[in-house]
Amino acid sequence: MLYLQILANGLMLGGLYACIGAGFSLVWGVLNVINILHGSFIVLGGYLAFYAYSVAGIHPFFSLLIAAPVFFALGYIVQSGLVNRMIGAPVLLTLTLTFGLDLMLSNGMLAAFTADFKKVSLDPPLGAVLAGPVVLPVDRLIAMVLALALVGLLYLTLSRSRIGRAIVAVRMDREAAALMGVRVKTVYAITFGLGALMAGVSGPLLAMIFPISPLSGSAYLSKAFVVCVLGGLGSVPGALVGGLALGLAESFGSLWLGPEHATTLSFVLLILILLVRPEGLLGRKGYA
Amino acid sequence: MRRSAYIAAAIFALVALVPLAGEMYWLRLGTIMLMYSILAMSWNFIGGMAGYPSFASAAFFGLGAYAGAVSQKLAMPMVLAWGIAGLASLLFAALLGLALLRLRGHYFAIASLVVAEVLRELVNSATDLTGGGMGLNLPVPRMASVQAQAVFFYYAMLILAAVTLAAMILTTHSKLGFGLRCIKQNESAADMLGVNTTFYKVSGFMLSGVFVGFAGAIYASWVHYIEPPDVFDVLYSIKPVVMVLLGGLGSVFGPLLGAGLYLSLEELVWRRFLEVHTGVLGLLIVLLVVFLPRGLIALRRAPGAAQEKPLSRVKA
Repeated sequence: MLYLQILANGLMLGGLYACIGAGFSLVWGVLNVINILHGSFIVLGGYLAFYAYSVAGIHPFFSLLIAAPVFFALGYIVQSGLVNRMIGAPVLLTLTLTFGLDLMLSNGMLAAFTADFKKVSLDPPLGAVLAGPVVLPVDRLIAMVLALALVGLLYLTLSRSRIGRAIVAVRMDREAAALMGVRVKTVYAITFGLGALMAGVSGPLLAMIFPISPLSGSAYLSKAFVVCVLGGLGSVPGALVGGLALGLAESFGSLWLGPEHATTLSFVLLILILLVRPEGLLGRKGYA
Repeated sequence: MRRSAYIAAAIFALVALVPLAGEMYWLRLGTIMLMYSILAMSWNFIGGMAGYPSFASAAFFGLGAYAGAVSQKLAMPMVLAWGIAGLASLLFAALLGLALLRLRGHYFAIASLVVAEVLRELVNSATDLTGGGMGLNLPVPRMASVQAQAVFFYYAMLILAAVTLAAMILTTHSKLGFGLRCIKQNESAADMLGVNTTFYKVSGFMLSGVFVGFAGAIYASWVHYIEPPDVFDVLYSIKPVVMVLLGGLGSVFGPLLGAGLYLSLEELVWRRFLEVHTGVLGLLIVLLVVFLPRGLIALRRAPGAAQEKPLSRVKA
């Protein structure tokens, strides 16, 4: 019975991890840029939900509708203004650039919101439902469903829409896509915007479950990275599988080893995957 | 090589005179300056020469600090404890290198970045040995005065920095340096032509770890108290990169120049923007990467000129 509960917890957590990982994976896969800002975008999304609820009374589930355009615009601006200048530069430079941006954003949040932990506490609370012997907190359940829906939406965008096909084309072969008339720089900016959007909407979902603090950005970033490596780079189904795998690994890991070893566990998992199956569980080249 | 050695000797002779001025503020700043140069030069072995974007400095620094501190806690003499810390970092770098250096690009960068987090978690949970989150107090060395202590640690860092610089000059002009530069230019080709890339990469990584480990141990003895978030701070990983980028990638004196410049900037920023100094640091990094990606050394050269010595000029 305990195992069923752990399994359910792992899956609920994993849905959120998939949502975190999908945007990160998209940016990495298409732009070949690691967006260190991803973690801070998530935290900023969390604050947006917190203040929307405590000041304006907007339910966190609806603050997603505000977060989505705001973060898309933010990502678009960052990419077209700064990161686009560095595309094709050595890994070290792009990484250092987004690292510098992250220092600015996280320090700004620290100054604006202080380091205290904040949590969105719904009034009245949503309670929990029982599925047989398993307790499912309703807020986590809805958060997972929304997270999975967003991942699905991203998948549909990439596979069905015109802009999505352009993104995939650029990922497969940048030069060929440019020759076919795709405006590569615009596609990069849109891709980065979509990545930021996925981070920004994960924030409100996570804020209902975990306390938010400006300092938790790096923890989310490392989770996004592990999800990406587990599932395979630049692939939405990969991020889904990676997210669920990480969620399950963490919840069973904290049962057997204790929750204080979560980072060590995911690092060991990461190294093992990189050594045994470097393309990730679902990795395929040039596929979104 | 002889020219580099002369310049190095001149710099260090000058730097050795600083304690004569005797002011505590300059001694403290000088000690930090030397520590930063050690970190920057060490990073240059793997990041500048071999082109592997390592973010493992904080891991080596924290490991050295804790290895030294725990040895001292177990009643070992201070200098011996530093030796153990250096050895521990060397071995750790060898093992870590064998696992991580198979990865390239972003994978290597992020994996090396996470190592410090993992070590921090392990140190936190090994409460009996390390004091966990409570931190660890080190014995205060018995010396005549606070001033004498400050001078002692200044010279300890100075000697270590001189050794690091000597190692870097020797490496640059040796077969190892040649191999590392080959790896940077085209690893697969180097491998195919018979360069033992694994051996060279791991050696470079070990060189980039050992001096940082020593520096961590000296730092721990110097400040008498360490705790995991302090010595495993991710900024210890990012700062050396910024310093080397400031000074110029892969060159011998670039890291020294960068460390000096970085510390001056940091000192000014710290003083004026206490609340937002990491933000200002971030802004500095962004400006640096966007406008001066090849460092200040590049300003001296014509735009577009090769940033490194051509390989043919080095005797292999």
